[in-house]
Amino acid sequence: MIPEIGHYALVLALLLAVVQATLPLWGAARHHVGLMAIAEPAAMLQLAAILIAFVALTWAYVASDFSVAVVAGNSHSAKPMLYKVTGVWGNHEGSMLLWVLILALFGAAVAQFGSNLPPTLKARVLAVQGTIGVGFLAFILLTSNPFLRLDPAPLDGQDMNPLLQDPGLAIHPPFLYLGYVGFSMAFSFAVAALIEGQVDPAWARWVRPWTLAAWSFLTIGIALGSYWSYYELGWGGWWFWDPVENASLMPWMAGTALLHSALVVEKRDALKSWTILLAFLTFGLSLVGTFLVRSGIIISVHAFAVDPARGVFILLLLAIMIGGAFALYAIRAPRLKLGGFFAPVSREGALVLNNLLICTATVTVFTGTLYPLLDETVSVGAPYYKLTFVPLMAPVVAAMVIAPLLAWKRGDLLGVLGRLKFAAVGTIIVMLAALWLRVGGPVLAPIGIAFGAWAILGAATQIAERVRLFRIPLSDSLSRAAGLPRSAWGTAFAHAGLGVALLGMIASSFWSTERLELAKPGDRFDIAAGYSVEFDGVHVTEGPNYEARKGALKLYHDDSLVAHLAPEKRFYPVARMRTSEVAIHTTAIGDIYAALGEQQADGRWSLRLYHHPLVPWIWGGALIMAFGGALSLSDRRLRVGVPRRAVARAVRSPA
Amino acid sequence: MIWRPALAALLLALALAAAAGAVEPEEQLADPALEARAREIGQELRCLVCQNQSIDDSDADLARDLRRIVRERLTAGDTDDQVMAFVTARYGDYVLLRPPLRAGTLALWFGPVVLLVAGIAAIMLRRRRRVAAEPFSAEEDRRLAQLLDHEKAP
Amino acid sequence: MRRLPFLLPLLLLAAMAVWICGLLLSGRDPHALPSALIDKPLPAFALAALPGRSDGVASTDFGGKPMLLNVFASWCVPCLTEHPVITKLGQEDGIPVLAINYKDNPADALAWLRRNGDPYLRIGADADGRTAINLGVYGVPETFVIDKAGRIRYRHPGPLTPDLVDTEIRPLLAELAK
Repeated sequence: MIPEIGHYALVLALLLAVVQATLPLWGAARHHVGLMAIAEPAAMLQLAAILIAFVALTWAYVASDFSVAVVAGNSHSAKPMLYKVTGVWGNHEGSMLLWVLILALFGAAVAQFGSNLPPTLKARVLAVQGTIGVGFLAFILLTSNPFLRLDPAPLDGQDMNPLLQDPGLAIHPPFLYLGYVGFSMAFSFAVAALIEGQVDPAWARWVRPWTLAAWSFLTIGIALGSYWSYYELGWGGWWFWDPVENASLMPWMAGTALLHSALVVEKRDALKSWTILLAFLTFGLSLVGTFLVRSGIIISVHAFAVDPARGVFILLLLAIMIGGAFALYAIRAPRLKLGGFFAPVSREGALVLNNLLICTATVTVFTGTLYPLLDETVSVGAPYYKLTFVPLMAPVVAAMVIAPLLAWKRGDLLGVLGRLKFAAVGTIIVMLAALWLRVGGPVLAPIGIAFGAWAILGAATQIAERVRLFRIPLSDSLSRAAGLPRSAWGTAFAHAGLGVALLGMIASSFWSTERLELAKPGDRFDIAAGYSVEFDGVHVTEGPNYEARKGALKLYHDDSLVAHLAPEKRFYPVARMRTSEVAIHTTAIGDIYAALGEQQADGRWSLRLYHHPLVPWIWGGALIMAFGGALSLSDRRLRVGVPRRAVARAVRSPA
Repeated sequence: MIWRPALAALLLALALAAAAGAVEPEEQLADPALEARAREIGQELRCLVCQNQSIDDSDADLARDLRRIVRERLTAGDTDDQVMAFVTARYGDYVLLRPPLRAGTLALWFGPVVLLVAGIAAIMLRRRRRVAAEPFSAEEDRRLAQLLDHEKAP
Repeated sequence: MRRLPFLLPLLLLAAMAVWICGLLLSGRDPHALPSALIDKPLPAFALAALPGRSDGVASTDFGGKPMLLNVFASWCVPCLTEHPVITKLGQEDGIPVLAINYKDNPADALAWLRRNGDPYLRIGADADGRTAINLGVYGVPETFVIDKAGRIRYRHPGPLTPDLVDTEIRPLLAELAK
């Protein structure tokens, strides 16, 4: 019964989305208040309907109702409850339902919190959001219905892929989707603005919080995915340039560029048509990501359903939505008034540089990901991206420090560089320290460290400049700091966070140590940085739905016992899969990582031991970036006192 | 005499900079310099039955076989290029994680640079057109003439 | 003309959408690799027979007429799926099919053949898989079409299906027999 309720709720949601997509749009064109007002309740009801469907599906998993096809295909009665719930979105159909749920959530949020939006803009934004909903709800109901039944119902399910039975799965996709799908708001706002015919600072003020929220969520989502593959896939890597990873990176980069270009629209009323285009591209890349994972067109660790028919459907949705947006752009954008002029060396100029480099890097990743489709004999892996992506992004990091200190319209580069002299000296000191600590190591490492240090010190300088540190009494500086707008702190934290993450990436990429050993109980091995490990043997054990061989290792730091590590090799009988569960000991400045291999003929066990310096800083840095985003979001100026458009324009009597 | 093992250890440490995940202890070559080369080559070769992993990072049988072959050929005296050629003769350029630079991949390798230059050109073009596209109005023309006359006057 | 840059995104998107749609509908398998040895002579190899048999297979066994080379193993599930297709080709249609037994336990392989039928003209055991690697094999099963001059003309990774046999293999064999 309950799955049927869920099914009907989805159909209801589709109907509501159709209403939301059409009537308010018509109402906005005619300035008909009543029709426009339909948007809000439609959005709220749509959210309610999809929520009912989602809860119904969750119930089916929790109750292990194997008459529902997706539950039978992806769950098992012996599966731990946590994974029964998170398994809801661990497959194609369920994850699409999560997708539209978040879409509706954002729509409802605008309906609820967008009270200071002009009525026509709000109606149009919700209408566009509704259109996207129509497309994807139709996709679900026609090709990926999670409520299809099996008759007769099997006695038990086929269990979920063991790799997915992990706490990381609980939070990685929801955050990722909050990001991906959140960018739909930027898209909707951009389309609405083009329909309205004006893009102005007020519009940018409204768009930025939504984009910032989506961006922050996506940052966390990507970081979680990276961390998850680090500990789950068993070899200590955290980024593989896998097509699906790239599919999440591209919208993130476009979103970063969008945040920065929206700033220019807001402060200087310039770069308008470019920002609109970028908003389309960002959401377009989100849709490309959705497409790549589900169409089977590309090989990937993550690929979901491999079904060309579904792929064609999503491709059509993409073509219609983004194509429609681009068509609107071709018609309306040339009419947008050109904005404020600025000198090449200015904050706007620096932001244009930011956009140029980031977008070029994004296109590079896009090309690398899709190139094997063009030329079947060639494949593109990490070496390509290291040679193209890194040189493009390095100048971004360097310029990121200079830009916040440059003035709008016309900046004094030499003056800014002068104010950065302490940051520069600090960077050089850090670089020399890195060189000295790792004599004879790869030469790129200290250079990379320098970039990371520059970013952090530069962010500190940005704050120091604004509170006039050391130039006025300290107590005055502190009170200035307390009064600084939150977005200034947000910027500083976000930029510093990138620097922290960069330090982690460089250190773990260049300075990791590896020991591969064959061990019998009692053997002891030194790893690095004063750590050593003693092997105590392997014993057989069991989990709820797996059998395991569990290794016992004692971790010593300078001869004092620090931790017990228990790497495992598991076998899941229902899914007939083997996994390797790594044991990690995390400290503030690095990880000790141990993986158990196979037992040799002579009874010794193969052990892989690693030291990854600063690797936690990668994800710590990402969290700091997201925190910066959240700080900026909490800036009152973004929510209160948003300028209202001149009243004269709104009072236009209908013909 | 202690220099050689020390240098070898250093080379090994250098090469192991990127930790390779799936190499088994018993696969490693005794000669650290050769093992270091094997690791570098391994990072450049794709595991064909996995998804986007190098042969060094993969647990698959085929990856293990290819790792062994790389080490055998290195021990037999092949240069790095010869080892790569050995593998690509059998599996094609697809097995290379770094796409080779040839006619078909020019767009791939030079695309980013070309795009960057095109972007800069587009921005500059738009600025120039902007400046040219806003001619003075008649009023401003008159004012300019007045100012110039003022300048000329003694 | 001034409008052209604004039309560019739409045009690019349209072009890419058409291209990708074509790829999707073509039914291509993203896991299938083109062989690097097409039109090249079969690499030299000689594999011993399975115990109790006197055949074995070598590259010199090919040539003279178009033949198939099938790589199989008893532990490989899709090999079992395609075996009826191979059997039909070998026994009913009289096409010579030679086989490489890949990384298999000889006793298991013999038992598998007894159980499922042996349509092969000759079988060689490739215990360590090196010969297969020399042929660019990356999984089992795989099937090659070798022409009269001993050159590889076609390689299919994965199990053969009756559909594939009808649309690709038979026409090719007929072509090569001329």
